[in-house]
Amino acid sequence: MASVAASGRPLLPPLVTRLLVIAAGVALWEGAARLGWINAFTAPAPSAIWSGFGKILSEGVLGYSMVVTFVTAFGAAACGSVVGIAIGYFLHIWKPAGAAYTAWVAAAASAPLVLLYPLFLVIIGRNMWTTLVMGAIGCIPPIALKTKEGLDGVRPVLLNVGRAFNLTSKQQFWMIMFPAALPSIFTGIRIGLLFAILNVIGIEFLISVGGLGQLIATLGDRFDYPQMYAGIFFVILVSVAFFWIIERLEQWLLSST
Amino acid sequence: MANDAQGTTPVLRLQNVAKTFFTPHGDVRAVEPLSLDIRQGEFISVIGPSGCGKSTLMNIVGGLIEDYEGSVEVDGVQVRGCHKEIGMVFQEESTFPWRTAIDNVAFPLEAAGMGREERVAKARELLHLVGLDGFENRFPSELSGGMRQRIAIARTLAFRPRILLMDEPFAALDEQTRLLLGDKVVQIQQELNQTTMLITHNIAEAVQLSDRVLIMTFRPGRIKRVVEIDLPRPRSSKMMGGERFGHYVAAIWDDLREEASKGLQELERLRS
Repeated sequence: MASVAASGRPLLPPLVTRLLVIAAGVALWEGAARLGWINAFTAPAPSAIWSGFGKILSEGVLGYSMVVTFVTAFGAAACGSVVGIAIGYFLHIWKPAGAAYTAWVAAAASAPLVLLYPLFLVIIGRNMWTTLVMGAIGCIPPIALKTKEGLDGVRPVLLNVGRAFNLTSKQQFWMIMFPAALPSIFTGIRIGLLFAILNVIGIEFLISVGGLGQLIATLGDRFDYPQMYAGIFFVILVSVAFFWIIERLEQWLLSST
Repeated sequence: MANDAQGTTPVLRLQNVAKTFFTPHGDVRAVEPLSLDIRQGEFISVIGPSGCGKSTLMNIVGGLIEDYEGSVEVDGVQVRGCHKEIGMVFQEESTFPWRTAIDNVAFPLEAAGMGREERVAKARELLHLVGLDGFENRFPSELSGGMRQRIAIARTLAFRPRILLMDEPFAALDEQTRLLLGDKVVQIQQELNQTTMLITHNIAEAVQLSDRVLIMTFRPGRIKRVVEIDLPRPRSSKMMGGERFGHYVAAIWDDLREEASKGLQELERLRS
């Protein structure tokens, strides 16, 4: 990077460098759209998107859509985490099941489970529960895998410390195994959360039951691309909020175990 | 406890303790029948070549291995499995990385249900004992290997075990830290009159710390000789240059050399 001096110390603070890179990107995009290098209709200039923010906020549907998406994705992630951690724990303690099914869970983690949505439309119906279930299903496999990996990876010496202190099996789990596996479990939750948000937005987009996904689909159908990009920005905002919450949750759990 | 104070009643008694590991490649006799009495406040070191069954012996006494022959008694009562009167310090890094130094030391007290205020006060005392004042709120990743091992020792001492077992606790440390930590262990052992059993490879360390050094044979492990270390206490690493100290080291090495050679030959045979 050019902002590194010969002494190895950065010339600019990292935050300033980051903001400068973003500003340069936005300026380049703005210039390209205005000069006609890119199609300003499908990729409107940032200034046009900025005006789209005003419109989308004034129409009054954004707040509700954000709440719907946030609640659905949060519910999906919470349900998926509980089920995923339980499956991971089961695969860890029951070794034959772990040997037999871990590969399947790994395959499920990389499969596009969102394509199962017609099945759940039939079973559950065209409502928010389908979105929630699809979101939860998407995040279960990575959380289960990382939970198993975390629990398998607890160093035997830590378990021996617990045994030497005559810990009960419940204490052994909550005081040693769980906190030791927590970093891996939270890696799974972060990956799972990504799948949950993708699935929730995708299903909202496909079955139009509300939320940011439906809003983006509607704006796209109206060819209102500046507002559509503004909607996408709010999807990113929801993701950032989630990751922030997960990080705080991890820190709180680690400090309280 | 008058007898204990005089050192006549063994705190720990091993009677014909032996262990065979049954593996798909054949049975491995790790420890031959071995008997031993350890008195209150005594410091015993077990020394022997790699693979002689030292750690197996410690795991039997500590209760981590439960299927063995013979018996282990604490204060005349036969025990099998982990026992609250026996504390263990391990060779590997064993502090909990998600807990601060003080919370690591308070761990067994927390598990025993002691209130936060009381356990923190006790943990603070123990951190003082091991010379870690001012590091209470540091995480293990912020401390050196020697400091982490002192935390592990303090944590084991927190639940006041009658017998402290240490499995090569200084093995992963550099020589200078090892010497300083040895001094600290001697000081703690004297202050608490702590009955201690140390597993080690290091002859000088064994002589510096111990009242008796048990030399074990190469596999299957049995006691080859017991060396009484008649050096004045309190001891420190400064004694290492002394003539008598050197005499003990040489005497132990004389016995150990043959066993270590057997271990080396076995290792070369397995590699070829």
